[in-house]
Amino acid sequence: MGRYVARRLLQMIPVFIGSTFLIFAMMYALPGDPVRALMGDQAFDPAVLEAKRHELGLDLPLWQQYVNYLTGLLQGDFGTEIGSGRPISEIIGQAFPVSVRLTLFAFAFTVIVGIGLGIVAGLRPESVRDRGLLGLTLVLISMPSFVLGYLMQYLFAFQLGLTTPTVQDSESFGDLFLPAIVLGSLSLAYVARLTRTSMAENLRADYMRTAVAKGLPRRRIVGVHLMRNSLIPVVTFLGTDIGNLMAGAIVTEGIFNVQGVGDAIYEALFRREGATVVGIASLIVLVYLLASLLVDLLYAVLDPRIRYA
Amino acid sequence: MRGAKSAKWVAGAIVVAMAATACGGGSGDEGKKSPSGKPEGYVSIDVGEPQKPLIPADTNESLGSYVIQSLFTQLLDFDSKGEIVYTNAESVTTTDSKTWTVKLKSGWKFHNGEAVTAQSYVDAWNWYANVKNQQQNSFWFSDIAGYADVHPEKGEPKADKMSGLKVVDDTTFTITLTEKVPYFNYKLGYATFAPLPKVFYDDPKAFGKKPIGNGPYKFEKWTHKKLIQVAANPDYQGPNKAKNKGIQFKNYATVEAAYQDVVSGNLDIIRQVGPTDLPKYKQDLGEGAIEQPYAAIQTLVPAFYTSTFKDMDPKVRQGLSMAIDRETITKTVLNSTRTPATSFVPPQVKGNQDLGTDVFTYNPAKAKQLVTEGGGVPGNKVLIQYNSDGGHKEWVTAVCESIRNATGVDCVGDAKPDFATDLEARDNDQVKSMYRGGWVADYPVNVNFIKELYHSGAEANNGRFKNAAIDKMMAEADKANSLEESVKGYQEVEKKLLEEMPAIPLWYYRINGGHGKGVDNVEVDFHGDLELTGVTVK
Repeated sequence: MGRYVARRLLQMIPVFIGSTFLIFAMMYALPGDPVRALMGDQAFDPAVLEAKRHELGLDLPLWQQYVNYLTGLLQGDFGTEIGSGRPISEIIGQAFPVSVRLTLFAFAFTVIVGIGLGIVAGLRPESVRDRGLLGLTLVLISMPSFVLGYLMQYLFAFQLGLTTPTVQDSESFGDLFLPAIVLGSLSLAYVARLTRTSMAENLRADYMRTAVAKGLPRRRIVGVHLMRNSLIPVVTFLGTDIGNLMAGAIVTEGIFNVQGVGDAIYEALFRREGATVVGIASLIVLVYLLASLLVDLLYAVLDPRIRYA
Repeated sequence: MRGAKSAKWVAGAIVVAMAATACGGGSGDEGKKSPSGKPEGYVSIDVGEPQKPLIPADTNESLGSYVIQSLFTQLLDFDSKGEIVYTNAESVTTTDSKTWTVKLKSGWKFHNGEAVTAQSYVDAWNWYANVKNQQQNSFWFSDIAGYADVHPEKGEPKADKMSGLKVVDDTTFTITLTEKVPYFNYKLGYATFAPLPKVFYDDPKAFGKKPIGNGPYKFEKWTHKKLIQVAANPDYQGPNKAKNKGIQFKNYATVEAAYQDVVSGNLDIIRQVGPTDLPKYKQDLGEGAIEQPYAAIQTLVPAFYTSTFKDMDPKVRQGLSMAIDRETITKTVLNSTRTPATSFVPPQVKGNQDLGTDVFTYNPAKAKQLVTEGGGVPGNKVLIQYNSDGGHKEWVTAVCESIRNATGVDCVGDAKPDFATDLEARDNDQVKSMYRGGWVADYPVNVNFIKELYHSGAEANNGRFKNAAIDKMMAEADKANSLEESVKGYQEVEKKLLEEMPAIPLWYYRINGGHGKGVDNVEVDFHGDLELTGVTVK
């Protein structure tokens, strides 16, 4: 087990370098020059532009820029943003906690409500409540998140007056409630459906019949025998979903004005702030990697037949 | 059973969380503070994070310049009609348009107590102009004698002071220009010409994060990506003294989010209502809705290096101009956010004139006739390059439709993913046919809309329009001894432009913003910025 974890952690290094290089190269290949874009529509002086490019090392070839970037990164320096002159670590340090909060909130909502609904439906497949759940999740899956976002905003903020339409303070949990639900609802639908199907299927499994025949209490049959086996696909989905929630919140963050990672990466892309994009993207890569490691480890807990050398 | 239980638990959690949220909103109202923590008497506006540190000569995008203008005051400013109002200067005078004498009002102080003297201006301008300091707006000082020494085209500067700037006494200095510039005093209203206190030179970088100005507001705090807060300066002596206690510049991810907050009362002012909310904003905001034209223009600029426009008869461009139904497009596609153009210079600008022409009027029959007379468009096709991130797609499509229907010339949009890509294509002469041009006034004189765009040497002349006769006319107009003469000269240039059509003017911009019930007296200045000093809190 320990060796397995160590190996997985070591594997992360090439993946990390590879992915940062890819993103770096993509940013380099994008048309549009960040220094020029700063000048906008109005007149400017090319001499100033040249001097600035030189100072930032943007006139170097791609590999040299990447080596410089990576050397900085190894020393814990994410670089500086071209426009604002702020250290990128500061920008990341500001956006990440907000997104982590939002993600955790959305994630908790997904897990609790999603699995809960899935269990309710999965225990009685083909019943009325099962049909109801399928209908509800179908609506959630097919509804674009901006529609749901505006709908919630309209209902809760303007009609009922329960919240402010946008997030006033990205650090307050109360404010993040609405966006978190909107963000989590798509995954919620998937989680509920996955749980429901997997439970309905396992209900007919041999070991379930055995457990029932042995006369085990229902609580134990469902809670231990059925749940443990049924949760494997759900956990797999949830693992990758953490990364998705974090990176994919652009629309939701936009509607509710949450200044998180989605917002930061969008703005950085827009302004061609290559180093910022690479910094944020590589951290998201790390989140993905760690989440999938966690999922793999959880398998062993859920299903003792899965063992790591 | 188990399922039912967990569902109950979840429902309970939701109720608790809801109660917590509702509670937060309620207590906020009682404390006479909005949930955002805005101090009483302050005004909030959706001005996002400035791109750069706040140094006057390093900012020309609108977000940063909003903040700069609240913190710094230049020698003079303009009223809504574009006339000069002296702020920090007592007078700016000249007899020959070449040597200018500036007299400052005495007793002005920076926010840290340092006196604003002639030296504060001269030192600041020398610093701004120096190529070593890489200030984005350094070229604004290029009229001043000695600029070439501090800002050579290549290499190190030969001097650190411009010979054209001389301090006479504490409140007087003179500016000598290399050549006559009759409208130079108008340029002085641009934010770039702000003075700096001595502490600036110790650490410009730190200063940019916490600027100390001489303006109507003092810097309070800057929470990155969230808000910048400035407080009214009680010692301010200019005519534009703040009528509120302070301003909060708040960052919004989208205009829609900002709009929602204005409607619900969490934000006081929105600068521009997004397209989705335009049809209903007047109803939502009532008297708070703002709709006003300002000095900015949208044009279609032909790239004269392309095979399409290289040797084209100007008649064809006049024909294309007449093929565009500006009235209908501004009304329907653009939701009346623009006013159809009738010249190259917007009305708010000195020298705007009635050109007495039908080139800007929709007339499909004459359009077709002119295009045919001029020998047609090579390839019978034009493209309009635009950036698809700026909401231009709809009108470009409509303009193309209009051209196609009227003249039979094929027209398609050439979308670039974003503004940066669009600019790069313009800079590198890679525009395939025409591009979408936009220009907002830097100062309210017609020169700004003519020389900066259509002079062969102008940096913003990305269509590479070259006409020796027109360049000569501009040089003549610059030699004038008075502003009036010079403006007249440029009016002649404009008439000549109409014959050559270096661009097809489409429409002037309008600001479609609004404010909530909490504030009043929100006015718009000539370049479309809201005048925050005059805003009163109810």
